[in-house]
Amino acid sequence: MITPFSFPPPARDGLSVGLVGLSGLVFGTTAATAGLSAAQACVLSLLCFTGASQFALVGVIASGGSLAAGTMGALLLGARNTLYGLRLADILDWRGGRKLVAAHGLIDETAAVTLAQNGRSDARTGFTVAFASLFLMWNLTTLIGVLAVEQIGDPNAFGLDAVGPALFLALLWPRLRDEGARTRLVASLGVLIALASTPLLPAGVPVLLAAVAALAGMRDQDAAAAGDGPAHAEQEARP
Amino acid sequence: MMLWIAVLVAGAGCYGLKLAGLSAPRRLLDHPKVRAFAMTVPIALLSALVAIQAVTEDGVLAFDPARLGGLAAAAVALVFRAPFLVVLVVAAATAAGMRALGVS
Repeated sequence: MITPFSFPPPARDGLSVGLVGLSGLVFGTTAATAGLSAAQACVLSLLCFTGASQFALVGVIASGGSLAAGTMGALLLGARNTLYGLRLADILDWRGGRKLVAAHGLIDETAAVTLAQNGRSDARTGFTVAFASLFLMWNLTTLIGVLAVEQIGDPNAFGLDAVGPALFLALLWPRLRDEGARTRLVASLGVLIALASTPLLPAGVPVLLAAVAALAGMRDQDAAAAGDGPAHAEQEARP
Repeated sequence: MMLWIAVLVAGAGCYGLKLAGLSAPRRLLDHPKVRAFAMTVPIALLSALVAIQAVTEDGVLAFDPARLGGLAAAAVALVFRAPFLVVLVVAAATAAGMRALGVS
């Protein structure tokens, strides 16, 4: 999360964001509860390194859905990282091998830190520190979480089943709060489509079908994009 | 084995999506449809995930008071602008507490 100081050093921004990586604990326990092995959970954190997508995949697996639907959900949620790439390509301006490594670190938190800096040097430092600290923390805590489950017994006794929906709500919340009625309409439609189709479709598919709800918000976004383009991307880019 | 394939496909796909953004022509971002898609689809997906994980189980609607209590507590924490991790802990602690008290 961005510190409240007016001109914080980029490294401090990057490190404070690394604390968010502690939620790898939650991912590890969720993945193990869903039936992933320790190796599978850890490889997923190493390769995916984008929390919402990982939670979407194991969430669908946990609810008995098809792996194809879970993977599609993960990729659809990962698509917003493409947008961060578009935004940060000019700011970071890395080529070759550095670009290939940096691409892996394009997520909500690193984008937020990078966009908060002034100048290329600070932006690069902020991105690098945030990426490194988050990556280490996220993968370490995934491992701890997945191993801890074996000691726990019934994870629901610890309320872990409430963490999944709370986590997605927390990711969604700033946009529900800061954006207009159209965003809340899209969210409501997403809920309705998902719940109405749950009894009819295989698990995992209702989440994908809910993407249709985004169409209800497109027209408004078109108009807004013509005016103050970057404002929307700015709001998306937060820890 | 199938689970491994899903893990690897998701991993490769997520990396590919990131790299595509970093490598794509900058003017793509100026396309309103691209922006609208990238901005709006997560809202629909995240809200659907909240609903599915909160009130369904094995493909049917299932209302678990403790889990819903945890989600409600998380919402209250969010209203008070609690940090991300605090929100998750509040949700788990509330659900666990309700179960310990014999709810559900």
